[in-house]
Amino acid sequence: MADEMKDMILEYVVEEYVDEDDDIEMDFDTPLISSGIVDSFSMVSLKVFLEKKCHVSLPDKEATPEAFDTVNKICELVRRFQA
Amino acid sequence: MAYSEKARGLFAADIQAIKDKGIYKEKRFICSPQNAEIEVEYPEGAPKKKVLNFCANNYLGLSNHPEVVKAAHEGLDERGFGMSSVRFICGTQDIHRELQDKVSEFLGMEDTLLFPSCMDANSGVFESILGPEDVILADRLIHASLIDGIKLCSAQYDTFKHMNMKHLKKKLELHQDKRHILVVTDGVFSMDGDLAPLDEMCNLCDQYGAMILVDESHASGFIGKTGRGTHEFFNCIDQVDLITTTFGKGLGGASGGCVSGKKELIELCRQNARPYLFSNSMAPPIVNASIKVMDMVTKDTELRDRLEWNAAYFRKGVEEAGLCIRPGNTPIVPVMLYNAKLANDMSRDMYAEGIYVIGFFFPVVPSGAARIRVQLSAAHTKEHIDKAVAAFKKIGEKYGILGLDKKGIIDKYGM
Repeated sequence: MADEMKDMILEYVVEEYVDEDDDIEMDFDTPLISSGIVDSFSMVSLKVFLEKKCHVSLPDKEATPEAFDTVNKICELVRRFQA
Repeated sequence: MAYSEKARGLFAADIQAIKDKGIYKEKRFICSPQNAEIEVEYPEGAPKKKVLNFCANNYLGLSNHPEVVKAAHEGLDERGFGMSSVRFICGTQDIHRELQDKVSEFLGMEDTLLFPSCMDANSGVFESILGPEDVILADRLIHASLIDGIKLCSAQYDTFKHMNMKHLKKKLELHQDKRHILVVTDGVFSMDGDLAPLDEMCNLCDQYGAMILVDESHASGFIGKTGRGTHEFFNCIDQVDLITTTFGKGLGGASGGCVSGKKELIELCRQNARPYLFSNSMAPPIVNASIKVMDMVTKDTELRDRLEWNAAYFRKGVEEAGLCIRPGNTPIVPVMLYNAKLANDMSRDMYAEGIYVIGFFFPVVPSGAARIRVQLSAAHTKEHIDKAVAAFKKIGEKYGILGLDKKGIIDKYGM
């Protein structure tokens, strides 16, 4: 179940933030925000996606660039608010 | 004393952290009027050095143009120094109205509202016209002032990949349930000098019932065959709903900005925009000089034609010298270096050669996209440009990057 969530988020991140001609290998621990793949302004799309797909409400103060920096960290955050 | 030693130490640590990240902005003093040739004190306390300026937004060379300076003097003599008021109390003179009308006519818009700066215009426009039931769809590389304005507004927002029309279309489809959709883009993006494909964007907006706002700060006065801007370049003037632009770049270079567009939207800005309501009017000398600028750019295309020639001549020169540049047709020419230290070192060496240019790197530009951004001006002569190209060739040779493409430079220096 957890891996399914990770796969879903990774797939979304690649589709939403990576250009077809970008030469980037992505995995669950690839830094997203600190590497510049996702900027803090564009992070909003990811938050909306997570809330919709994972049926969860993520408070703005928790949806920080640090908490969104890798797919693994995002999953941890989502699970915390699903619980 | 409230400002304790402990507080001082904490703030000093914050400053040190900025230095440690390598993003500390040093002081540079220009000891002459802004122009193609300037006198600079850098670093602070160093003897003044005459250099050629290739990093100003002085696209049309109007910052110190004699006719513009004369008009500023006349404004000062006839309408005084300042207004001591916001626009709506007692800060609007007849010349503010005159400038607004001239801008509307030049841009092909219904109405215009002046702001103290384009940063203020961008801060105020979204909150004035949109609410929580609306959505803003923004290109991911729009200017920071637009991002701030969008965040200040209660509307929802989403982003699309830089100039990716397929992605914009997808987002337009996704947000069809919203009351208003406003697509936001720069006309010319300041770091890459690339032009937003406004014709395609406007057609998509028409198809999906969206409005479009274009920040033309790096376009007004010189993009398009008569300098009207990106909407003229793409022949879609009538399809653009809102333009924000500045008098601080091509159109004079002092300060001031505006929102121009559909009359109801401008009226709402006049009623609601906080930077308009709570900040002083543009000062009379600047308004009068800006009127002169609008007359000059409306009358003929001499300056924008010269700028276009200068940009093409510089691009050809550095390409032939073997440097790697982003292709384009604007006066913003990024010389791509990819590595932050290389960009920094080369800009320092260019300064030693008498060419004032700046290296840009993450977070100002995406990681691995470090460059020296060169900005051409109508005030540059052919000799100025020859000198800049020669310096790039000399410094490029020193670092062994001439003839190398992106892969070659990254293989040599890393990202």
